[in-house]
Amino acid sequence: MDRRKYLKTLAIGTVATGVLLQSCAPEKKEETPDLSKINGGPDRQPNEIEHFKKVSAEKFFDAHEMATITILVDIIIPKDDVSGSATEAGVPEFIEFIVKDMPRHQTPLRGGLKWLDLQCLKHFNKAFTECTSAQQIEMVDEIAFPDKAKPEMTQGVAFFNLLRDLTATGFYTSKIGIADIGYKGNKPNQWDGVPQDVLDQFGLKYDQRTLDESVKFEA
Amino acid sequence: MPDLQIKKSSKTYDVCIVGSGAGGGMAAYVLAKAGIKVALLEAGPLYDPAKNVTQLKFPYESPRRGAGTSFRPFGDFDAAYGGWEIEGEPYTQKAGTKFDWFRSRMVGGRTNHWGRISLRFGPNDFKRKSIDGLGEDWPIGYEDVAPYYDKVDKLIGVFGTKEGIYNEPDGIFLPPPKPRLHELFVKDAATSLGVKVIPSRLSILTQKINDERGKCFYCAQCNRGCTVHADFSSSSVLVNPAVKTGNVDVIANAMVREVLTNEKGEATGVSYVSKEDLQEYQLSARVVILAASAGESARLLLNSKSSFHPNGLANASNVVGKYLHDSTGVAMGGVLPKLFNRKRYNEDGVGGLHLYSPWWLDNKKLNFPRGYHIEYWGGMDMPSYGFGGGIQGINGKYPGADGKLKAAGGYGASLKSDYRYYYGSSFGMAGRGEAIAREDNYCEIDPSVVDKYGIPVLRFHYKWSDYEIKQAKHMQDTFQEIIHKMGGDITWGVKGAEENYGLETPGRIIHEVGTVRMGNEKKKSALNKFNQAHDCKNLFVVDGGSFVSQADKNPTWTILALSMRASEYIIDEMKKQNI
Repeated sequence: MDRRKYLKTLAIGTVATGVLLQSCAPEKKEETPDLSKINGGPDRQPNEIEHFKKVSAEKFFDAHEMATITILVDIIIPKDDVSGSATEAGVPEFIEFIVKDMPRHQTPLRGGLKWLDLQCLKHFNKAFTECTSAQQIEMVDEIAFPDKAKPEMTQGVAFFNLLRDLTATGFYTSKIGIADIGYKGNKPNQWDGVPQDVLDQFGLKYDQRTLDESVKFEA
Repeated sequence: MPDLQIKKSSKTYDVCIVGSGAGGGMAAYVLAKAGIKVALLEAGPLYDPAKNVTQLKFPYESPRRGAGTSFRPFGDFDAAYGGWEIEGEPYTQKAGTKFDWFRSRMVGGRTNHWGRISLRFGPNDFKRKSIDGLGEDWPIGYEDVAPYYDKVDKLIGVFGTKEGIYNEPDGIFLPPPKPRLHELFVKDAATSLGVKVIPSRLSILTQKINDERGKCFYCAQCNRGCTVHADFSSSSVLVNPAVKTGNVDVIANAMVREVLTNEKGEATGVSYVSKEDLQEYQLSARVVILAASAGESARLLLNSKSSFHPNGLANASNVVGKYLHDSTGVAMGGVLPKLFNRKRYNEDGVGGLHLYSPWWLDNKKLNFPRGYHIEYWGGMDMPSYGFGGGIQGINGKYPGADGKLKAAGGYGASLKSDYRYYYGSSFGMAGRGEAIAREDNYCEIDPSVVDKYGIPVLRFHYKWSDYEIKQAKHMQDTFQEIIHKMGGDITWGVKGAEENYGLETPGRIIHEVGTVRMGNEKKKSALNKFNQAHDCKNLFVVDGGSFVSQADKNPTWTILALSMRASEYIIDEMKKQNI
């Protein structure tokens, strides 16, 4: 997040300290990978670097499409009392990259955005981005609940399902998303079995043979 | 027009090995340790997981968040340079059949990213024809291979437990890790249904076995390669120490065209094109060992025609390329409601399953001839591309964190709460079964297609038979029973007869073997029981191509044992001046 948004967060002054610390993190630009610098990842082969440079140089979504996506992803994953929003986690940039890397998403997303704007035009006489927040939510409510959606909304439902999935992936694979979900691994450690309180919670225990034969660690 | 001369190596080697995976790495290791001068040719670049590091990277260190690409089908951090399709190196299909061929072009081959499941074949696995009348018996039995399994266990390291099951021979085991939470639930459910569940047997060091390799630090990422060499890959455990002897020259990026032979039909070396300078090279050796994979070794033999070997080298029997068979595969998964809202802790564990189910039934009482084992996974994995996908399929079915049932899908703070609530509750299982080796499942040289180096390519012809389809149905039924017993909700994988019960496309399990099979009868096999070509005494094939039948086990441990056995035989025969 940029310096201005960070100051704005401070100004609102309603966030707890822990959340503030998290909000500070984007200042160091650690939330999203610096795509230009990393050749598309660690230990890349020449064909991977070539592919990465090619798709990175392209631009798929225009400014209006990107503005729509930015609003939608923050409706899907807003800031809450645990973590930041989808845009703070770099989700729009992730979506721009991933549609170039996985072209199968391009038409469903571009067409879905167009479908959404036409619906808004019909109902509110303006594009989605121009609608009030209340109107945007009214529109999203039509397509966000597959089992309740009206038959004429099924294309919107499919679009929203895809966008919800990509938003969740983009968010929960970011640094703040991983902290939010509570993933504790990806570091050297000793696996000595399920913690005792969790075994107790489920009324389980390791049988004696397992305890005897499994790898042991020095306390 | 480039200079088209062939560059002949001034150095003559004792042995030339084509391919540096499990078979080639083991041969290089054993021969080099015995003082034999080896040229180890590999069609891809050098690779060492201590230097080519993707381990311990977070998903945000990949712009696609760990998703696969055509360059890395198993994910952006996976240690396989290659994939199902390699640009400029095509293969073709015959008569509307389909076989998917995975190739890793790198030192260590597919052992860099494999699942480390290290199972011995059992006594029955070498004698299937005697048991059910199908396929062919091996020319060797478990007792011939057992001493080599022992040596492989000690050299490489494998964890497991002694179970005393006749056809699942125990090895020399390191202690296994304790089961994860979902694995305890699987074990309870499966055991109550009569499905045996025992600690897995993976070549991962839970204890140090020497000063060259570290021990596992439980990051669950063996498929990315291990920076401390705590798991088995041919690159780190065999090729590195082989090179350190000073007896091995690794020639990377060398795409072998053919095996060269003399007027007596004996192998004299190989010719290859370097992917680095696109120049043509020839290399001489007393002995040639092919370990390029079941597909590539068959391709090389079939492309090595001469007046002495008009049907391809080592192919007077006409079996080369035939009897190709891959493991069967069926998978299913879902969520376990009792794991909703679970406490967070690091449950990465080793890079794979801590428990598995060896084949537990008698095929004489079933309508399909061969068995399968079951692999399990699940729990609080590191988020990666696809995380949270399809949540609308689950979050309308169960009350959420607030105890209230709501409409599926949704958005906002309530949706965020759902992702947290359901995290770590998913699990899955997969069967890996034995297919029957059949003459009409084969690869051959496509008469009209060459790769970008001008080398004629393979054309595959492969169909599953009723045996495999019935076995797949049994997997479907068994998995559903286990999941229901666990109290799980199946969210994917249920398939009916119209989809062959979810049976994967041949090749997809990447256990293809059988194309250069061994046997006692020269008319029905290409190799003798020491992996030596019947028709060419100084030519050996030590990859999965030499297998007669696949077993319901992963092939790597048997490739290693047979390659070690063949290599000791080669040393002996060289000493006796027989080759």
